Amino acid sequence: MRTSAVLAAALSFVLGGLVQPAFAAGEVNLYSSRKEELIKPLLERFSKETGIRVNLVTGKDDALIQRLRSEGRNSPADLLITADAGRLYRAKQAGVLQPVSSSTLTEVVPASYRDADNHWFGLSLRARPIWYVKGKVDPAQLSTYEALAEPEWKQRVCIRSSSNIYNQSLVASMIAAHGIAGTEAWARDFVGSFARKPAGGDRDQVLAAAAGQCDIAIANTYYLGTMLNDADPAQREAAAKMTVFWPNQEGRGTHVNVSGIGLTAAARHRDNAVRLMEYLVSKEAQRWYAEANHEYPVRAGVAWSDTLQAWGRFRADPLNMGQLGEHNAEAVKLMDRAGWR
Amino acid sequence: MLELDNVVVAYREKPVVCAVSLTVEAGEIGCLLGPSGCGKTTLLRAVAGFEPVRSGAIRLAGAAVSRPGQTVPPERRGVGMVFQDYALFPHLTVEANVRFGLRGRPREEARARAERLLGLVGLAERRDAYPHQLSGGQQQRIALARALAPGPQLLLLDEPFSGLDVELRESLARDVRRILKEEGITALLVTHDQLEAFAVADRIGVMADGCLLQWDSAYNLYHRPTARFVADFVGQGVLLPGTVTGDGRISTEIGTVGGDLPEHCRPGCRVEVLIRPDDLVDAEQGVPAEVTDRAFRGADFLYTLRLPSGAQVLCLTHSHHRYAVGDTVHLRPEVKHAVVFPADVQGETRRKDAEMQRV
Amino acid sequence: MTWVSNRLPPDGWTVGTTLLALILALPVLTVVGYVMQPAGEVWRHLADTVLTDYVANSLLLMLGVAAGTLLLGVSSAWLTSACDFPGRRLFEWALLLPMAMPAYIIAYTYTGLLDFAGPLQTLLRSSFGWGYGDYWFPEIRSLGGAIAMLSLVLYPYVYLLARAAFLEQSVAAQEVSRSLGAGAWRSFFSVALPLARPAVVTGVSLALMESLADFGTVQYFGVDTFTTGIFRTWFGLGDSAAAAQLAALLLGFVFLLVWLERHSRRQARYFRSGSGYRTQARHRLSGWRAAVALAACALPLALGFVVPATQLGAWALRTAGRMVDADFAALVFNTVGLAVAAALLTLLLALVLGYALRLRPTPPVLAAVRTASMGYAVPGIVIAVGVMLPFAWLDNSVDAWAREQFGVSTGLLLSGTLFALLFAYAVRFLAVALQAVEGGLGRIKPSMDDAARSLGLRPGQVLRRVHAPLMRGTLLTALLLVFVDVLKELPATLILRPFNFNTLAVRTYELAGDERLADAAPAALAIVLAGILPVILLSRSISRSRSAADA
Repeated sequence: MRTSAVLAAALSFVLGGLVQPAFAAGEVNLYSSRKEELIKPLLERFSKETGIRVNLVTGKDDALIQRLRSEGRNSPADLLITADAGRLYRAKQAGVLQPVSSSTLTEVVPASYRDADNHWFGLSLRARPIWYVKGKVDPAQLSTYEALAEPEWKQRVCIRSSSNIYNQSLVASMIAAHGIAGTEAWARDFVGSFARKPAGGDRDQVLAAAAGQCDIAIANTYYLGTMLNDADPAQREAAAKMTVFWPNQEGRGTHVNVSGIGLTAAARHRDNAVRLMEYLVSKEAQRWYAEANHEYPVRAGVAWSDTLQAWGRFRADPLNMGQLGEHNAEAVKLMDRAGWR
Repeated sequence: MLELDNVVVAYREKPVVCAVSLTVEAGEIGCLLGPSGCGKTTLLRAVAGFEPVRSGAIRLAGAAVSRPGQTVPPERRGVGMVFQDYALFPHLTVEANVRFGLRGRPREEARARAERLLGLVGLAERRDAYPHQLSGGQQQRIALARALAPGPQLLLLDEPFSGLDVELRESLARDVRRILKEEGITALLVTHDQLEAFAVADRIGVMADGCLLQWDSAYNLYHRPTARFVADFVGQGVLLPGTVTGDGRISTEIGTVGGDLPEHCRPGCRVEVLIRPDDLVDAEQGVPAEVTDRAFRGADFLYTLRLPSGAQVLCLTHSHHRYAVGDTVHLRPEVKHAVVFPADVQGETRRKDAEMQRV
Repeated sequence: MTWVSNRLPPDGWTVGTTLLALILALPVLTVVGYVMQPAGEVWRHLADTVLTDYVANSLLLMLGVAAGTLLLGVSSAWLTSACDFPGRRLFEWALLLPMAMPAYIIAYTYTGLLDFAGPLQTLLRSSFGWGYGDYWFPEIRSLGGAIAMLSLVLYPYVYLLARAAFLEQSVAAQEVSRSLGAGAWRSFFSVALPLARPAVVTGVSLALMESLADFGTVQYFGVDTFTTGIFRTWFGLGDSAAAAQLAALLLGFVFLLVWLERHSRRQARYFRSGSGYRTQARHRLSGWRAAVALAACALPLALGFVVPATQLGAWALRTAGRMVDADFAALVFNTVGLAVAAALLTLLLALVLGYALRLRPTPPVLAAVRTASMGYAVPGIVIAVGVMLPFAWLDNSVDAWAREQFGVSTGLLLSGTLFALLFAYAVRFLAVALQAVEGGLGRIKPSMDDAARSLGLRPGQVLRRVHAPLMRGTLLTALLLVFVDVLKELPATLILRPFNFNTLAVRTYELAGDERLADAAPAALAIVLAGILPVILLSRSISRSRSAADA
């Protein structure tokens, strides 16, 4: 009977999923908001080196934190990786992380890129500088994020929606510098500089600028890095039209954010988990971040990719990453009020 | 064969059928006749086992199949049923529909049985058709064949002809009676159409408001109705007021007629007499009446006439007797044995009447 | 003679089905439960700033999608069911294909094509020497764009149901109308369309529920709706209570929609008449009429399927060598296995509840089933949280009890298993299966049950020998609709799945979310391909049910 065969297959499929061992010795379980593509190769190398199997679930940061919270002390997850420091801050606030005392981690990761109580550690770094179209903008006119709100940039800037975490943490860093009122006043003016209604992702802003819809695009470094190395010539050509400008070099520095890792409060494979954390800041792993995804390593002395080197060194905002999380909600409300959709 | 003993059926707390008793003998065709909503279909469904009885009992071949709190499920009663909408299974061919109730019989036997029944209803050549490819009358006959196939001890038919054309209805009703009689089937039919009931049934029960008023032959229902409602519902006619004379006859506006007097009725007491259209003849002399309406029915005319008192009567005449509306006709009663009811002095409702006269 | 109790459907049945419906309503109820939590400050902020946008945009989106799906769905359904023109047989099934296309994927591909930086506008600029601002071109990333995208992939719901309704209509009603002097157009608007209205309304309400639940498209286009608002409030503002309250408000919309749909259907409840339907003579179109009909059917098919599929195909050709590896086979297996299991489970639940509603529509069952059905319009992530919270609570309670009683930890029994995921799918897509099952059951006249019983069948046998064959087409429809929906489902899969369990949709999202559209294309195309087969099966079963005697 065909129907029963299908039923049997479906049933065995479900049962197979149910009995899948979630934990065993020699394992470590990881919740990650870094996409599988951008973490799995490292995990595979780790497994090969140590014999520890890594089980992975990827998802959205807040959803994973919600899952950790509701699973409570029985959560199978040992580690949480997020693509943004604000979410690590939020996870710490939610009480789903615990401190790790590892001299390796504290030595390798600079203080501003990790939690003061060692609840989480940054793994890689990205910057969100200003990109301008070669020949259409004189870099001498550019100076700071703040200056982009001035009338000369009216309808010349492409930037994505305020729903995106990159803009939220950029604005959070400005709140840390100028306070809420000062930042809100800036945001109101800055919205006037938008060349179009915010939509699409970072790559879209670059494509629009390259096609002539605006002169300035705000985008994360690794997007430009991957575009410049894309198989699609259209992406390469668009990215090649853009030049980086590092803003706020005279002041606090360019806005940066980290993707980072923390040990969960419910962790059962504590030793394996700490080994993985330490592996992820090793020279080998740090080099992979730089080469594969054009991120800046948190570890000093690791070579950058050619693309990153070509953009030169810059002064990064030394603000502690936890502050980004602290000001995140205020940043969203502020953008709501300023009409930055 | 089928025995109903004071059967009450109720939906929630509301009784729909009130204490009905009747008997259908083996090989006999019974019929429940009544206007829609009188409870006849509910009673039929109780016999089939779809509705439980609240009190009383239903017995089939001597064995109780329904009594309060206990119901033999329909599939174990050996009762066939033909539904008003036929309820043929649209996914099965005609033959498969007929064989539906023959599961468990040897293949060859089932095939032969289906073949015989399809032949009986005259549709053997359509055995591979699907129900939607058949006309209404054909579907009806398949429904009959399907219900008969398992050889039920009792066949129930719920308004089996109501979806058909009038001409078809009559010929099919005759066919159905012929088939049932040939097969010796005991059957109970439900209908609101008296011609259908007369054409098919041996014994007919008139129902009103959930009660069975009279369980009798067609002839008796027509000529000897025991309740005013039966007289009214079966056949045409009017009730004329009359007074009992000294010699035990009844004097009415159209003349004096004879009939069975109600109990305790002495000379001078007031009664009502049922006058059927064929109880009156037009004559040289008689009570004058004015023609108010006429209907030509081929062999005869049906005249509606107004008596001097203003009462309306109906009169059936040979079609050679032609009068125009407005003409005056002289009427004379030709009644051997009139149906007489006590005068409806208190204006009693039919319902009370029905209760008094309950069978 | 054997005696059985009179109280036919045993009370255990009523209790059981009520309980089942309540369990399925649990996720929605969990979300609604959050309404009790205080969220005054954030709520005021929302009301002051963005709430009007959310409401206005959601309403406009619903209106637009309703208009779009009606226009595309009804016109194509009418043309393919009542007319004959070149290509009609192809269109009959091909018009369903856009159903296999997830809305977020079509949004990505059209953006790639129509954006300012895309090939079309670039070509225009280079041909005419225009620059930015020299010409007008519709902005794809807009409310209008979102309406267009959603209409293009959701119109098949309307098409599917409207077509079935048109085919079922008795030819007599049409002929009466024509004989009374109404032209073909007036007959359509005054007879055919009103008769098909319940089906059309059901189709539109399904499409609207999907639109309300949509996140990917509106988010990518920067249109602020309830769904994006829920995400933003929850993730950006970090306020789950306010987010849940937004979700509850969204449920208000859904409730209205469900009520309207029920109301419209109640007014026209009928069982198909015993005489069945006769084959309807098609209007044979020729000349310019045939051309117009052809264009009216070709347009939604081309825009909803051919163009985006071609774009995906072009991308996939470039990247397949890199992206399709051994893991890809596992992805396909996981996705299809999950979709089959979810479809079977959902159908089973829908059948049980459908019979519960047919046999004993008690108020608790009715309320619980309607609540559970609302899951279809709730964004997947909200359902996921609604599943996650009660499951985790149950797991942790059992664990705490076991620790106390026996000193052993049971850990998480349900959370993070495929069972939790399947349950979420069942809640999310119950409405789809239930619509089909209820429709199918509505066509089985009660007298058929009685006839079968009087012919010696027990109730269970009636199900097997009468209902099952009569419902086969319906059940297949329900199964395939849920299957295709699960293939496309993303947010609930993402958050509820067990370790090391990936699906094609997750893969597509991860790559597309990183703006690597070309890399995402092979997985996206695999979703579409996996969805095509059932869609074709579906349309074939519909045509067969018409040509044969299947009801």
